[in-house]
Amino acid sequence: MSNPILDTFFEETEELLEALAEGLESMQGAEFDKETVNSVFRAVHSIKGGAGAFKLTALVSFAHSFETVMDAVRSGGLDLTPQIMHTLMRSADCLADLVDAARSGRTVPEEVTAGFLTALEACLGEGEIEAVDAWDNFEFAAVTLDLSPLTEIDAPAETAVGPTEMPDQDLVRVGFRINFRPHAVLFSNGHEPALLFTALADLGQITPQIDLSQLADWASFDPEDQRLSWTIDLRTDESELAVQDVFEFVYGLCDLSIAPLLGPMPVETADAAAVQAEVVEITSVLAALPVHSADSSSTPVTAPAPPLTATLAPSPKPKADRGEQTLDAKSPKATLRVDLDRVDRLINAVGELIINQAMIAQRLQDMTATRDDDLVMHIEDYRLLARDIQEGVMAIRAQPVKSLFQRMSRIVREAADSTGKLAELVTVGEGTEVDKTVVERLADPLTHMIRNAVDHGLESREERATAGKPAMGTIRMAASHRSGSVIITVKDDGAGLNRPKILEIAKRKGLIAADAELSDAEIDQLLFMAGFSTASSISNLSGRGVGLDVVRNAVQGLGGRISIATTPGLGTEFTIILPLTLAVMDGMVVTVGGHTLVVPITSIIETIRPLPGDLHRIGTDETLLAIRGRMIPVVDVARSLGFASPDQGSTPLLLLVESETLGECALVVESVQDQRQVVIKSLESNFGKVLGVSAATVLGDGRIALILDPDAIVGGRVTPAFQTPTPLSHAGRTAHANA
Amino acid sequence: MTLKVLAIDDSKTIRELLRSVMEEAGFDFSSACDGIEGVERYAEVRPDVVITDINMPKMDGYGVIDAIRKGVIDNRVPILVLTTESGDKLKARARDAGATGWIVKPFDDVSLVSVIRRVTGLVT
Repeated sequence: MSNPILDTFFEETEELLEALAEGLESMQGAEFDKETVNSVFRAVHSIKGGAGAFKLTALVSFAHSFETVMDAVRSGGLDLTPQIMHTLMRSADCLADLVDAARSGRTVPEEVTAGFLTALEACLGEGEIEAVDAWDNFEFAAVTLDLSPLTEIDAPAETAVGPTEMPDQDLVRVGFRINFRPHAVLFSNGHEPALLFTALADLGQITPQIDLSQLADWASFDPEDQRLSWTIDLRTDESELAVQDVFEFVYGLCDLSIAPLLGPMPVETADAAAVQAEVVEITSVLAALPVHSADSSSTPVTAPAPPLTATLAPSPKPKADRGEQTLDAKSPKATLRVDLDRVDRLINAVGELIINQAMIAQRLQDMTATRDDDLVMHIEDYRLLARDIQEGVMAIRAQPVKSLFQRMSRIVREAADSTGKLAELVTVGEGTEVDKTVVERLADPLTHMIRNAVDHGLESREERATAGKPAMGTIRMAASHRSGSVIITVKDDGAGLNRPKILEIAKRKGLIAADAELSDAEIDQLLFMAGFSTASSISNLSGRGVGLDVVRNAVQGLGGRISIATTPGLGTEFTIILPLTLAVMDGMVVTVGGHTLVVPITSIIETIRPLPGDLHRIGTDETLLAIRGRMIPVVDVARSLGFASPDQGSTPLLLLVESETLGECALVVESVQDQRQVVIKSLESNFGKVLGVSAATVLGDGRIALILDPDAIVGGRVTPAFQTPTPLSHAGRTAHANA
Repeated sequence: MTLKVLAIDDSKTIRELLRSVMEEAGFDFSSACDGIEGVERYAEVRPDVVITDINMPKMDGYGVIDAIRKGVIDNRVPILVLTTESGDKLKARARDAGATGWIVKPFDDVSLVSVIRRVTGLVT
């Protein structure tokens, strides 16, 4: 559906939902001002308003109930008990679901919303919210006029045209007799009697009679005090409702009576056009009246001037009873909505620019004979500029993780509800910015991790009580930047991993040999294995048939890695480390087995050329490096990738890398060529996932180099018990998909 | 002369909807996104009819009506209040505040234009 205004609605609604979640969040705190409640109310209100315009009935009626409760909160009629707060937050979740559903053209089953509606109703006590059908509101609803208390004006007998008091069974209703006496306020509200008469004339033939008898004499004439009244006979087939409709806006601003006009046959009256002319005439009389002074001298009195006491102040004082007139409301930052494709095109172009710069720089370096210092300097400027542009473009795609985190608090609530646990989400570093794709693609893994944390991480209430912990479990979610990476952690304060049980499950499922001896770290890694199901647990909430292996794959798909740390009795922490950008990275260009590879600089701690005595062979093919009093495993990259082994004679160069599974590890390479920024080109769409290789890049000289995934290389080596790395036979040419 | 309409609403969706309907009807459309801006725009635009939302940040619709009615610039301009409520109480409150009429959201373009014609006297 390509209705631009509908798109606007959904965009705006997204912002409103965010504001709603934020407002509710801060309403949980001890201190919040009235404006916070107002902003929550307005958010729900605006969603309802917009939804109505697009006939999103389900959304409208739910928002209406929500709004009614918020209105009660706003007016102070409702105390914010934790129970009510809970209902409000869950309702916000439901509202978000309804918006989602509306956007994708789905419908949310009524039984889903019904539960929330019941909860909302319970907030107010019974019967306060009536289910609203949006279509009740769609037409201009006629207001039923209660005419009983109105003072009937005595229309002078001689001005009446139609038959009035002739109760005869032969007579039928031919229309209405309307007595109308405007109050001064009718005029000041911007109404014009002539327009009302015109509207009446649309219904049928009208015969208006003006009553000037109440008009003050010239001496006491006050133009603001209207004393004119009219008796209008309207001949029409329309219902009384239609007549009342004409006066809908002025009801209360005038004396009005509408009575049936009886008659045997149509009475000769002026046609509508003539009436209109008459009306114009009357109003011109009215307009003319005040300018004549009473003593009939020719001096005109002042025309009816508006009261000059109040001026149009740019920021009138807020009235005490209108809380929403807060002037210091945060003014939104000016933003620009840009099609994502355009940004991505720009990013691609910048990537090419960087490659191009690298090529020129390399050519220049090769032409040592004609070296031109100026040119070198310009090329360096070029590099800096390209980097500036790249950072700027990346910043366009960067988004704070806030929206992602906000979504998670609902997951915690849902998970807590369905497991009967109490849980709260504490978030840190919401302002941390990451690439938009990361935000999008992390939503599912994080959802799963959060569910997992509540479902499996936190203990039951009884167990927590026994352990002396507060009943309310805490899930802490934090985001931060660290040296070119984004770190996201999810931590629960539960009992920690039950390693014996994990081991038992893995053995039962045949994931590891029955007699396998695994270290604690290796046991923890079992959680990430495909096929390690959590189905034996009490609920299928976190499971949903998906294991942590899917989480790990998603994180790896983003060029990141995930690790787990647990402290018995205190909880478990998952850490996701992601590259800041998905398009460019700093890499070290190395030679391995005669091939050029790129190693991400972020994973390299240092490069070492060890003394022969520092290397210790263990068994047939294990080597350890002794460094600063510690022993570190050495991994032969060439062999791991299936390259021809390098010349064994020379002392290898070692890259010290930090691995998730084994701490520090040393990778064997032949030489380091360069350190440079490389543009990441995914291999997955063409080759599937290749273990040990995360992507490829184009080097300055146009050659293609594979980007190494140190973790996978190390991981593939250290956990042979349950992982079989698929070696590359000819890197860069053929790659086996890791089935 | 083209009828000038000023719409004051904090919802972009509503502003865009109004714009499309108003421009379709051949009116000259301006808009503001809160009460304060609305009152300022009012002085600049001098519209023939004002459409205002009630719930808005900074200054609500009642504040807008109050400012216009107590102001010196054509203080009897027709002011229509946009409301999602069909409740008589809210309408009465809008009327007491000095509104000329109201438009119940969701509105359809035909009724919207007809209400505007009704309060401005613009004949089709």
